[in-house]
Amino acid sequence: MKILMKIGSFFSLVLTIVPSILFFVGDLELSQMKWYMGTGMVLWFVTAPFWINKSSKSEQV
Amino acid sequence: MSNSFLKKVVGTTNEYERTPIPSESLKGGKSFLGMYAGEHTAGTEFVIGPLFVAHGVSAGDLIFGLLIGNLLAVLSWGLITGPIAASKRLTLYYQLERIAGKNVVRWYNLVNSLMFCFLAGSMIAVSATAVGIPFDLEMPTLSDWLPRTPGWILTVLLMGAVITLVAIQGYSQVSKFANVMSPWMILVFFAAAIVGLAQLGVGSFESLISIAQEVIWNGVPLAGMSKFTIWHIIFFAWFCNMAMHIGMSDLTILRYAKSWTYGFHSFAGVFLGHFVAWIASGILYSVFLQADSASQEFAPGAIAYETLGIAGAVCVVVAGWTTANPTIYRAGLALQAIFPKVSTWKITAIVGGITSLAACFPALVMKLLDFVALYGLLLMPMGAVIFADFYFSKKMGFQSEAALNSKSDFSIPALLSWVLTLVFCLGLNFFYGVEIFFLGLPGWFVAIAIFIVLSKIKYPLSKSLPL
Repeated sequence: MKILMKIGSFFSLVLTIVPSILFFVGDLELSQMKWYMGTGMVLWFVTAPFWINKSSKSEQV
Repeated sequence: MSNSFLKKVVGTTNEYERTPIPSESLKGGKSFLGMYAGEHTAGTEFVIGPLFVAHGVSAGDLIFGLLIGNLLAVLSWGLITGPIAASKRLTLYYQLERIAGKNVVRWYNLVNSLMFCFLAGSMIAVSATAVGIPFDLEMPTLSDWLPRTPGWILTVLLMGAVITLVAIQGYSQVSKFANVMSPWMILVFFAAAIVGLAQLGVGSFESLISIAQEVIWNGVPLAGMSKFTIWHIIFFAWFCNMAMHIGMSDLTILRYAKSWTYGFHSFAGVFLGHFVAWIASGILYSVFLQADSASQEFAPGAIAYETLGIAGAVCVVVAGWTTANPTIYRAGLALQAIFPKVSTWKITAIVGGITSLAACFPALVMKLLDFVALYGLLLMPMGAVIFADFYFSKKMGFQSEAALNSKSDFSIPALLSWVLTLVFCLGLNFFYGVEIFFLGLPGWFVAIAIFIVLSKIKYPLSKSLPL
């Protein structure tokens, strides 16, 4: 489960940065880029809390 | 009902306000990387970057100034704050109490907590410029000092309540919140820079250089703004967190560090937040000015939303939160030292209330550069006192932690070091016209010198301690 969440988080970061690069090189419209970035944001919010905080906990022990 | 609910939320939080951190509670490096990256990639970055543009800094001065200033800041955390934090493992407030005495620290803590409240308040105000978008909230302008509408006040107060609830759960919750948010937030700043450059017409390395020099940071200040040079950038980057490093506020955070070297982990915060994010937000503001150069509106949330959509607006909210949370937590600890019998969560709740009220005033955002410099300057002399006590007490022959060892509640050397240093800085500003950004460095040396001289007179080692 944790590995799935990590993969989801990775894809969310890809969806956050890659659309801006595609917009920069002219392969994506601004509205499409905003939509992809919004999707990446939602994906990050639903996946990251399940593994980032867990690594913090184990680190404290 | 609310009391039992808050007790349930707070649980059994132990923040070790008056005892050293036990070894089992120390935190590893990742915790500090996340904390610093989150804290310094913050709501302020959406304001400071644009203000550099408004002050007419040139592109070369900005890049080299930030590289040098940020390096000096990391060295200050790593070499000045980190070793003392790892050695003593006490909060700034309790450490200061042992040196200066309860009565002096009481005043210091009051000033400290008020400054932290105002800083956190500015973060909430920045976040509100994003939260207000769907409600068509009227945004503040560069010349605004007072709230424009009741809607602004309501938005800010609601946000303050939520942020306070997170902050009263203590460092652990704050650390978790920053850890979760910072990787995504940092990438949004990168994306903002890329998109902004595209919108300004950058298509090659050559055009990047020319647009950076001629459009974004063209060296011409906006009307009514003073001109910034490389020296302003170096000293602002170095001292915008003066209270945290040479002012020793981060003793409270770094006391949890497994190694003294974790102060250097601040590089994650300053080179992402105070380099990438300041540059990115400057680019965003430049895009905004290109579209409407006559606009006086200054709303980071709305600007980010225009360029990046909902992700940009949410990033502004989150960026404000990740700074407001630890700042409210720090302010709570400052007041805790004045009222040690009141529980941390109650104090933090009060601080959150003051912060939310302060956030109603947009002046905190519009005058942020001056406020940040002033707040660091006011707190810095006590950091110099801690530094001098730690390193020079034995070498120079005066009693370390004099108030504790002499069972006094009042240390004249510490009080005079604070007051006379501020008088000295005020004199430099008033009589010689030295700008507030440059007062911290001479002030730090003056504070150390005053403390050593007065401590040798008041608490000489040979008279106080048997050989």
